[in-house]
Amino acid sequence: MAVLVDKNTRLLVQGITGTSGAFHTRQAIAYGTNVVAGVVPGKGGTKFDDTVPIFDTVADAIHATGANASVVYVPPPFAADAIMECADNELALCVAITEGIPVLDMLRVKQFLASHRTRLIGPNCPGIITPGQCKIGIMPGHIHKPGNVAVLSRSGTLTYEAVGQLTALGIGQSTCIGIGGDPIKGTDFIDALTLFAEDPDTHAIIMIGEIGGSAEEEAAAWIKANLKKPVIGFIAGLTAPPGRRMGHAGAIISGGTGTGQSKIAAFEANGIKVAPTPGDLASTLLTVWQPK
Amino acid sequence: MKIHEYQAKQLFAQYGVPVPQGYPAFSVTEAMAAADKLPGPVWVVKAQIHAGGRGLGGGVKVCKSKAEVNDRAGQILGMQLKTHQTGPEGQLVRRLYIEGGADIKRELYLGMLLDRDVGKIVVMASTEGGMNIEDVAHNTPELIHKAWIDPNVGVQAFQGRQLAFKLGMSGKTVNAFVKVLSSLYELYMAKDCSLVEINPLVVQGDGSIIALDGKVNFDDNAMYRHPDILAFRDLDEEDPREIEASKYDLNYVHLDGNVGCLVNGAGLAMATMDILKHYGSEPANFLDVGGGATAEKVTAAFKIILSDKRVHAIFVNIFGGIMKCDTIAEGVVTAAKEVGLDRPLVVRLEGTNVELGKQILRDSGLPILTGNDMKDGAQKAVEAAKKYAAAHA
Repeated sequence: MAVLVDKNTRLLVQGITGTSGAFHTRQAIAYGTNVVAGVVPGKGGTKFDDTVPIFDTVADAIHATGANASVVYVPPPFAADAIMECADNELALCVAITEGIPVLDMLRVKQFLASHRTRLIGPNCPGIITPGQCKIGIMPGHIHKPGNVAVLSRSGTLTYEAVGQLTALGIGQSTCIGIGGDPIKGTDFIDALTLFAEDPDTHAIIMIGEIGGSAEEEAAAWIKANLKKPVIGFIAGLTAPPGRRMGHAGAIISGGTGTGQSKIAAFEANGIKVAPTPGDLASTLLTVWQPK
Repeated sequence: MKIHEYQAKQLFAQYGVPVPQGYPAFSVTEAMAAADKLPGPVWVVKAQIHAGGRGLGGGVKVCKSKAEVNDRAGQILGMQLKTHQTGPEGQLVRRLYIEGGADIKRELYLGMLLDRDVGKIVVMASTEGGMNIEDVAHNTPELIHKAWIDPNVGVQAFQGRQLAFKLGMSGKTVNAFVKVLSSLYELYMAKDCSLVEINPLVVQGDGSIIALDGKVNFDDNAMYRHPDILAFRDLDEEDPREIEASKYDLNYVHLDGNVGCLVNGAGLAMATMDILKHYGSEPANFLDVGGGATAEKVTAAFKIILSDKRVHAIFVNIFGGIMKCDTIAEGVVTAAKEVGLDRPLVVRLEGTNVELGKQILRDSGLPILTGNDMKDGAQKAVEAAKKYAAAHA
């Protein structure tokens, strides 16, 4: 058990021949992910690295290979279209890595997804990994270790930081999900926490938020009301000035909302311990939970 | 991306939002030529900078004669205009907008932006026009009326009427407001805006509506499909370091502290700023080099950070996941040698080939301090900055 992805995941890669798509597909295969197909319009009938069959459409790829998840490495102008093609085929999972998709494109995608069964993770995210079973995305596989701590984050590199600290202490991870740094995204904190709540392999959770929006505040209240598992939090961007975008499109304090202080206060008010520095993620978890 | 008021008003006019007649001017001569084209009896001379609060800072003057336009234009052009959004150093005024007057009966507020929590565009309207809307939202939130727009059908007339009646409008003003709202939404969607704001939106004596000010921001990610909007970009209004950084695809934001940061990933970059503050320093910048920290990008980043004389130390914090640490270390060494490192440098590397990376740093002959982990690196950077400041005081 784990959430969303495991050794039964059959992955198709949208944009498999691009620089980023090709590089990370090779990394995923080396990690053991079952990559069954690529989709590149116009290159159907060819093969990626002489092994992975490429199709013109997502429909063709699913029909021929039984793919049940997709990852999108398509460049920003075409990424919304790629996600919707995936959803139109009712694939269970679509992981959008692409950074820089226009917000209004995602507004339309979100509406489209409402009438389809596909779960979207991202965009602008590192992806999802169940250590030892399936890696979808751009995270470094080797820092992970199978285990029972879930890591959930808006930031890629801070996810790696948390995973690196856990693994260094010999603590493994159940599933790690990067939900992405954009203002409009598929899976949010509460969606992911709901999955972790039901996953018997997840015993504790590290949740990493950042400035902008109010998803952390809502998640904190949800955790107190619904989650019986230990959770610790961290918020990045306490020193960020208002009105300036900190790299991620969604990381901006606007109109006095979305500050780090308000998010930390919400965590603490709901009984969630907050790591004092990003160097204390694993050690803070150990103050509320011990591996068996 | 931000644009000037006069450019926003060009877009308003294009989409059917009424604006006063006006002309941009880059010199006093041009300002006078603009005044000649306007009927009077009043002329408004408005400083054009990418910051709000211009009126309070002395950048907007109502003139009763063309001679006064001449004087005011001369005073405002070239002034260092300070507002609550420019910072204490202010912003140099290089452009003016010369505009006709309006018959102001009421001043209202109308804004439109993304409500990320519900994934819809939200309209905000208030009777408190001309005020700082963030203060209104904080002190009297009940005076801000909202409507959320269904992306499938766009803004509807009933939504405009509801807001209009809440704002106390009547007669033909209601329909004029509905039209303004619909035009603004059309502009928002057509040009990939991230904020459209009219403050104040004025109801005139005859019941008509006019946009007395205009602010429009855009989604940077969508500018590839709007060359007409990109043509509005005014590099004079942007931090030269941020312009330089954007050439190398670096995400850089200048801040006021004294420890420069060079980090991969936006979340880690923010967290690095925070941990420096935690140990007693202030970050000098946000800088995300992105996934591919090549020697070229690292060199450019070093040059930008070191160009800030307030920087007393640099903290490089890289979690080289898939990127190999030895590659990054070589980039750092090459960059440090090329740039001529004159301030302390602390490097924390994590990931593949980390020992090889540290060896490269040690063998470089450069006085590079190594951070064993993020906390250790941050503490060393804070300490180095303090020592440097003390030695160069």
